[in-house]
Amino acid sequence: MKYIDEYRDEAVVTKIISQIKKSSKQDITLMEVCGGHTMAIQKFGIPSLLPDNIHLVSGPGCPVCVTDRKYIDKAIALCRIPKVIITTYGDLIRVPGSSSTLDIEKSKGSDIRIVYSTLDALDIAKKNPDKKIIFLGIGFETTTPASAAAIFKARKENSFNFFLLSAHKVMPPAMTALITEGVKINGYICPGHVSVITGAGIYKDIAAEFKLACVISGFEPVDILQSIYMLVNQIENKKYSVEIQYNRVVQPGGNKKARQLIQEVFEPRDDWWRGLGVIPKSGLSIRKKYEAFDANANFSIIVEETREPKGCICGEILKGLQKPFDCKLFGKSCTPSDPVGACMVSSEGSCAAFYKYHYK
Amino acid sequence: MTKTKNILLGHGSGGKLSHDLISELFVKYFQNEILSQQTDSALLSLSLKDIAFTTDAYVVDPLFFPGGNIGKLSVCGTINDLSVSGAVPKYISASFIIEEGFSIEELESIVKAMAEEAVKSGVLIVTGDTKVVNKGKCDKIFITTSGIGEIDEKYKSISSGTRIKTGDQIIINGSIGDHGIAILAARESLNFETPVLSDCASLNGIIRNILESGVNVKFMRDATRGGLATVLCEVSEKTNTGIELIETSIHVKEAVKGVCELFGFDPLYLANEGKFVIIVAAEDAEKTISILKNDFLGKESTIIGEIVTNHKGIVAMKTEIGGSRIVDMPAGEMLPRIC
Repeated sequence: MKYIDEYRDEAVVTKIISQIKKSSKQDITLMEVCGGHTMAIQKFGIPSLLPDNIHLVSGPGCPVCVTDRKYIDKAIALCRIPKVIITTYGDLIRVPGSSSTLDIEKSKGSDIRIVYSTLDALDIAKKNPDKKIIFLGIGFETTTPASAAAIFKARKENSFNFFLLSAHKVMPPAMTALITEGVKINGYICPGHVSVITGAGIYKDIAAEFKLACVISGFEPVDILQSIYMLVNQIENKKYSVEIQYNRVVQPGGNKKARQLIQEVFEPRDDWWRGLGVIPKSGLSIRKKYEAFDANANFSIIVEETREPKGCICGEILKGLQKPFDCKLFGKSCTPSDPVGACMVSSEGSCAAFYKYHYK
Repeated sequence: MTKTKNILLGHGSGGKLSHDLISELFVKYFQNEILSQQTDSALLSLSLKDIAFTTDAYVVDPLFFPGGNIGKLSVCGTINDLSVSGAVPKYISASFIIEEGFSIEELESIVKAMAEEAVKSGVLIVTGDTKVVNKGKCDKIFITTSGIGEIDEKYKSISSGTRIKTGDQIIINGSIGDHGIAILAARESLNFETPVLSDCASLNGIIRNILESGVNVKFMRDATRGGLATVLCEVSEKTNTGIELIETSIHVKEAVKGVCELFGFDPLYLANEGKFVIIVAAEDAEKTISILKNDFLGKESTIIGEIVTNHKGIVAMKTEIGGSRIVDMPAGEMLPRIC
């Protein structure tokens, strides 16, 4: 397939691998902070091709995984309200809350629908004027513009039965927090789709302040390996900067219109990340101007006390401090069909990726 | 035929409407002496002492999709379950649960497709049942088919794969994921059009050719729900053998690949309705491929991997870029109601 096959060419891959081997002299640890990268790395078996001195660790790049358990509990409480329809991206439906999941609630009769776009959710709102439609807005800069667009459109079209429960987050504060918490890495494989919106500027301080290599990478094997090669060169030459490997998609200045839309609808707030705790200005809440569409402001619910599962080390895994295999629950009481932690649920979670693709 | 254009509760009551529906629709299309007797049980004779017996329910949504419909699927599915077990499919039963208000015209198309598939495959639909439920109590129509086939003693180990050993070659009769993507594209909620047709087909003919050629067949299974990956994981686990796959030898149509990239699906896990995995002794692999390729349903057959001694119980795959990874069972339903 065009634009895919070129980036999965075994001959090209072999060539880049040999260049990485030639260039890298020291032990190098790189972190990817995008679930799409985590999945691609495991799916194509990239670690099996890299030399032993290159280590890849997964960071907090899966939006489902970093979402607070309290958020799931809140969504569960909301779905139990009569005449409420919960709309959500698919992954969230199986994430365990403190005592239930949206999946279980659906089987008990709650109206929970999986959508592929926020505008599908808005459409459901228009078709069901007697119901209240709540969209579960999670994700980073990649999905936030679509949430902002839906709220913007709902206001324009007077769809006052549409609400959004925001758990949207921004990536750079978490990347900084990891380093200040003492996570030892030499460089970041920076998220491709986030950067389409933000541009390359958001990583500049991270590269300069912490002397970290940063390369914005695409998602095909050749993209990822080329990015690793670029990172290795930055590290070996001690010249730390932000480079764009994924330049067929990412512009240095990003997507200004999408950012304006986010700015219009959302404002920064301190937010809780699984494994990292509260990070200042790392989350997005809906501005007062759009309060009529904020699920947080329009439903009174009693949310059960949040209980974290015992023995689950999702937090440590999200910081790249431990690998899924280090978890006592991994593959035993925590599997994709019966997950304990969020990292095992999402198709982009580290544990799910390791379970699915990786040799022990 | 009854005057109404839609199914009424009375069509399942056992009275006049039921009687008319049976004789003017089911008996008319399924035409065979055993069914025409309209006895409580179909009375059958078989020439071999061993039989294979299978049953399957069909709830596919939508009922009509590119390449087939629920009727064709319900006959092919049961024929295939018998065929991959090494049996020759002979008789099929069909029971229908129909939602009140369902279009009789659509029912007729479904029954017609079943009849055509049965004739094509040389099986008889010999008994059946019809129930009508209140509107909203089932989704349009559900069909259950059961089938009986005759099986020769020498083929009885094929379905369990007990004779599989290191070096055996793994073959599939063409591209994977066509059915799953055809269904996905046909669903109204996804505004997506793709030229992919479901591969829904009866495999008894092609399988018979293989068996009668004397090829040493160790195992066969159709790769339906859960796809190719699930079949291989099951056989690897059950027989405690390692499997090594080569990704580049597994054929996936361009359009299927495209949809998979967009939706994040892995074709290894997508449903097929006309594909089967066959494991044969290494020395018979080429012969098997050439027999398969002689049939319309096996034109794109390839050897996709082999049985290995290491990593027992695990399916590993050499990825298209030369890396290696494991292939695991899917967790949960990727696409509900695909058959």
